Amino acid sequence: MAVLSFREALNQAMTEEMERDDRVFLMGEEVAEYDGAYKVSQGMLKRFGPRRVVDTPISEEGFAGIGIGAAMVGLRPIVEFMTFSFSLVAFDQIVNNSANMRYMSGGQFDMPIVFRGSSGMAGQLGATHSHRPEAWYAQVPGLTVLTAATPADAKGLLKSAIRSDDPVVFLEHEVLYPQKGEVPDGEHLVPIGKADVKRPGEDVTLITYSRPLKETLAAAEELAAQGIDAEVIDLRSIRPLDMETLTRSVVKTHRAVIVEENWPYCGLGAGVADRIYRAVFDELDAPILRVASSDAPIPYNKRMESSMLPSVPRILAAVDQVTYR
Amino acid sequence: MASVQMEVEPIVDRTKALDWLRQMMLIRRFEERAEMLYQKGNKIGGFFHQYSGQEPVAVGSIGVLRENDWVVTAYRDHGHALIMGMPARVGMAELLGKATGCSKGKGGSMHFFDVKRGMLGGHAIVGSHIPLAAGFAFAAKYRGEDRVTLCYLGDGAINQGGVHEALNMAALWKLPVVYIIENNLYAMGTQLVRSSAVEDLTVRCAVPYGIPGHQVNGNDVEAMAKTTLEAVEHARAGEGPSVIEAGTYRYKGHSISDPATYRSRGELDEHMKKDPIIQYENVLRDRGWLDDDAIEAMLDEVKAEIEDAIEFAEDSEQPSLESLYEDVTAAPFIPQE
Repeated sequence: MAVLSFREALNQAMTEEMERDDRVFLMGEEVAEYDGAYKVSQGMLKRFGPRRVVDTPISEEGFAGIGIGAAMVGLRPIVEFMTFSFSLVAFDQIVNNSANMRYMSGGQFDMPIVFRGSSGMAGQLGATHSHRPEAWYAQVPGLTVLTAATPADAKGLLKSAIRSDDPVVFLEHEVLYPQKGEVPDGEHLVPIGKADVKRPGEDVTLITYSRPLKETLAAAEELAAQGIDAEVIDLRSIRPLDMETLTRSVVKTHRAVIVEENWPYCGLGAGVADRIYRAVFDELDAPILRVASSDAPIPYNKRMESSMLPSVPRILAAVDQVTYR
Repeated sequence: MASVQMEVEPIVDRTKALDWLRQMMLIRRFEERAEMLYQKGNKIGGFFHQYSGQEPVAVGSIGVLRENDWVVTAYRDHGHALIMGMPARVGMAELLGKATGCSKGKGGSMHFFDVKRGMLGGHAIVGSHIPLAAGFAFAAKYRGEDRVTLCYLGDGAINQGGVHEALNMAALWKLPVVYIIENNLYAMGTQLVRSSAVEDLTVRCAVPYGIPGHQVNGNDVEAMAKTTLEAVEHARAGEGPSVIEAGTYRYKGHSISDPATYRSRGELDEHMKKDPIIQYENVLRDRGWLDDDAIEAMLDEVKAEIEDAIEFAEDSEQPSLESLYEDVTAAPFIPQE
């Protein structure tokens, strides 16, 4: 297995799919001449030319809509948002047009489009540039929402997203781009709708996705030293949610903690907890707890921002509560 | 608005001209009967935007398209759909929310789609389909096809930011799309002079992007056709987009719930005196292409077609409640409940 950075894995996924299918193209701000604001598309202009790697003006609403239009008539666009914080300007296009078009036309369109780009609290970017939009998009029927925490999943999930005939919101995390990991050689696809048990365990279920997977796995190691065997589940697919994997785990451990960078109120964990409660309430020996960010805009100050992130001590404290220790 | 001036030299043959007249009559009848079903029968719900008075804009412009060209418009969409070949039955059934409707009863008045015939909607967020149109044109160019997209928008839509983003990119990339602004002088209840700093809409939408801007009397079906053909040929030749500002007037309020108290009865009467359908009947009569009997016969035919459409729609089944979850996604849909 090759060791790749997250950004290299994403680049490989796009490159392989573009080589496989001429209908696939990449568009967005700085994706071509600049080689990508985060260098995810490095070398792709050289490889594919300006017909298929398309620099756009700073017009998120406009180019999201152009991508959707192209998808409506048979192309398979990958639309890069420099960050998903900027997707707010294109929210109408993503929600009203990409997610609804098939339904409100009575099934006359496929919508094979991927919206991808960085998201999350990346370090002192302040309130406007640190959004975690997963819950906003996850609420919308018609959208698929994916997020990867490892380079292997990033590659396999993005390839599946590009092959999907439905609109996919593919959320990357800016902090993860340089992180390295093993990626299987050859054709590597990760199915949509399947969570991954990143660490099996018996005593408590830790549910997470994206960047906090690292802290969650570290917390699980600490817990192991304390004699608590934690199971760590990486959701990967935010919508649809893999309820089978979640309920199987909770039925085994009877306890769950959700670890997320999302805001607490109506955040992603709220929806996930609701579904677990309604599916397997009787199996729970403790309320589901959430380790989320604080309910405040994201501050510039480094110490303040760090205090909002899910950390190992915060995860351990939540586990103590659900295990009544 | 300029007075109606029909072309001295007809740009169409008799068959086509009669067809255009018939199409305008069909739209008018469809709209009037549908409005009756809404008002009196309580059979149609939601927002409903009438096209009466604006028929020549759609008929003249779509009249110059080729079979595989695309059309996309806003929420005042019944006329464009009918002219693209959507059977009146299917449109009426959609208004009644039936499973046999063009969008299986899930779209309604504002979301008429007939993709096989090139009618790509029916879009209800003002201005949001302008980028989509550029996207269709992008795809055509990407694949090396010579098909053209006609995109209709209102004078209100030009104030949306995304419209200008799309115009810029369409011009930048020379996309084969023609934007037709149906200037009926009112953005809902707001007069053009109260919403646009500049009244010449080609100055707002064509000049800044270095593309051709045409102003045309949208009540003159043949002038509409001639101007559109010029813009379409420009696009097909790879020269990029154009903007056409078509002056027109809607007889009804913005939607069915709007009594249009913001304009005077006199203003409406002035426009109705110049009704584009009657004007065109007169032109064709003068050319000796039809007489009163032929007009009567045509009207009867159109009436019968619409009555048949209503009967079909009323007799059609409601969609099943299970179909609520159908066509959400192409992959098997898993409700997150």
